[in-house]
Amino acid sequence: MVISHEFDYRRPSSLDEAIGALAEFPGSARILAGGTDLVAWLRDDAVAPDLVVDIKNVPGLGDIVLDGTTLSIGSLVTFTDLIESEVIEEHAPLLSEMAETVASTGIRNRATMVGNICSAVPSCDAGPVLLAYDTTVHLAGPGGERLVDINDWFIGLRETAMTEDEVVTRVTIELRSHGGVYVKLMRYAGEDLAQAAVGIVAYPDLDYRVAFGAVAPTPFRSTRIENALRGSVLDEALVAEAVELVDGEISPITDMRASAEYRARMTEVMLDRGLWAAVGRLSGTGPDYGERVI
Amino acid sequence: MDLNITVNGEPWALDVAPADVLLDVLREQAAVKSPKIGCERGDCGSCTIIMDSRTVRSCLVLAIEADGHEITTVEGLSFDGLSQLQNLFLANNSFQCGFCAPGIVLAATELLERTPNPSRHDVQEALAGNLCRCTGYEPIIEAVLAAGDGGAS
Repeated sequence: MVISHEFDYRRPSSLDEAIGALAEFPGSARILAGGTDLVAWLRDDAVAPDLVVDIKNVPGLGDIVLDGTTLSIGSLVTFTDLIESEVIEEHAPLLSEMAETVASTGIRNRATMVGNICSAVPSCDAGPVLLAYDTTVHLAGPGGERLVDINDWFIGLRETAMTEDEVVTRVTIELRSHGGVYVKLMRYAGEDLAQAAVGIVAYPDLDYRVAFGAVAPTPFRSTRIENALRGSVLDEALVAEAVELVDGEISPITDMRASAEYRARMTEVMLDRGLWAAVGRLSGTGPDYGERVI
Repeated sequence: MDLNITVNGEPWALDVAPADVLLDVLREQAAVKSPKIGCERGDCGSCTIIMDSRTVRSCLVLAIEADGHEITTVEGLSFDGLSQLQNLFLANNSFQCGFCAPGIVLAATELLERTPNPSRHDVQEALAGNLCRCTGYEPIIEAVLAAGDGGAS
């Protein structure tokens, strides 16, 4: 099975050149980074661009930089880069815990984290974690740089706040002391998409972030659950109260990977275990990052 | 479009269309048949190649993306006879039909280069994206563990 339609291909060597190429084909260009989604979609005729803009030669997009408390991850940073980065291991191991659950080595070597949120499928692993981190998405377009709060990023199924003339250059996260967890339910390790996913960050001032994946058309943060938790030390009753709220927050579907009912019940269990793991990690008593809690 | 790639140490200058996929170009124009056409969507691992020292799914790479890059397939591992890992796969009777073998040999080669003495978990994780429908994986995992034991024996 080959890709059944033709398109032009450019490999710009600067950001300006990339933006210029997108402007030449308004609405009919696609950006190529790792390509693990795009090439599959091209094969499926799910997308049919006239131009593919390969940004891998654009300098500076492959960096992981910690500047003070701001962690910056370029749009060409792959999941393998995250797993192997000492900066990530030391300051944001939640990102590598998430990255380790993505597909297989051969995919992680190529697929980028930014590409993952640009593809914006409901089960995208980076979604819940970047939501829980209050991430900012940096876009470059004809008018210069534009910043988008991750809470405004996911618009719908495979739909984001990025306009057709823009390129994501990086995402940034403001880091402070925290404990986090990414809980991903899969049928088996390796290759599977999430049946349900929960990303949690807990802060020492009793502030919490709770985000879900694969149980709604987009990954999303539940401010209702966060509000119920805010200001309190976790105890059994509080966790039970948070778990009680899950059903009203999610809208899972039944598909070949799981039934809606199974997703809903498991999401409750995952939130319960996830909250304890995140808080445990904050205090240094939780399971190691990378150790699965489900 | 002009595509200049190195395949198993040999430079190739090819003419490809933007929509041509690397897997097909390697098989049809660059004389390597070990990367197999399986699921063609990145799930089965049978099209695995090593590109600049990392395994990638050649079914999910446009040929033109590989311009200027170095590609290694199983053919390129065996110029001086089989690698120790390959011999251990033989000794363990690791494969039956062999369709998954090139991908698994490359995935395990990458693992051993980065983690010379892998744990069983490391091996399972490294091979999780390579499907084998014959063996149940055990003889494959045993061979990789044996190769890790110091290339030992």
